[in-house]
Amino acid sequence: MTLIYAALTGLVFGVGILLSGMADPNKVINFFDLFGPWDPSLAFVMGGGLITTLVGYSIAFRQPKPLVAGKFPTNMPTQINAKLIGGSALFGVGWGIAGFCPGAALPALGTFNLFPVVFVLAVVVGMIGVRVVGSQSAAFRRQIT
Amino acid sequence: METEFTPYLSLLGGALIGVSAVMLMIGLGRIAGATGILNGIIFPSNAKDFSWRLAMVAGMVVAVPVLAFTVQVQPNVVPDFSLIRVIIGGLIVGVGVTLGGGCTSGHGICGLARLSPRSAVAVVSFMTAAFVTVFIIRHVLGL
Repeated sequence: MTLIYAALTGLVFGVGILLSGMADPNKVINFFDLFGPWDPSLAFVMGGGLITTLVGYSIAFRQPKPLVAGKFPTNMPTQINAKLIGGSALFGVGWGIAGFCPGAALPALGTFNLFPVVFVLAVVVGMIGVRVVGSQSAAFRRQIT
Repeated sequence: METEFTPYLSLLGGALIGVSAVMLMIGLGRIAGATGILNGIIFPSNAKDFSWRLAMVAGMVVAVPVLAFTVQVQPNVVPDFSLIRVIIGGLIVGVGVTLGGGCTSGHGICGLARLSPRSAVAVVSFMTAAFVTVFIIRHVLGL
């Protein structure tokens, strides 16, 4: 049941991403290009997503527990530090270079086109790289725990 | 290259992304963040945690044929620039989202909807960086 539900959720997410234009790198780059052929579409994606989630979450958190399985998250991280700001800035740089973000590239894998496939592989390599470097650095480990 | 301004489709797509985020929270108590989902697949903590994430990605991938067969929509996913740029950007994204603890979906949609100050700082940081990066690429380097 959990797996079917998760797959259905993924399908809705994927359809949303593909219709929205988030998976089109040219559209993404044009959104960030205020002094070029600016395409404000992505502001509508963020707006539509945020309003829906704001309303939906307020209903969700009124339930005593999730309807299918698991429990609501507690102890979510709240720290605001250099790692959060620097890491997010790096993500923004990469997004501006590649035109894909992880959530847009995953549904795009379904096209079997080389570009999203290679992007996701590169993201995975980057993620593993951070883990490898991190596990070799005691100072780093102290910082993240 | 110009791209077509698509306010209605983008709003609809965004709303569906929101619906899926709400579905995942109300059903499984989980944050619909692509970084967390990918991370849980690459570094699984247990079989249960791994399997729902894989099922979700499978659902995402199936969205392409579903759209093609139902409404005959085939969205463009091909950039008008080189594969090398996508590789370099992807590596930086992988490092950045791991350190920053999330991306557009996790911080941008779910985090902001939880009114998390941490996510708000992350969103301002990555949006600013993306605007500056594209300005440099297009208008300073002229690529």
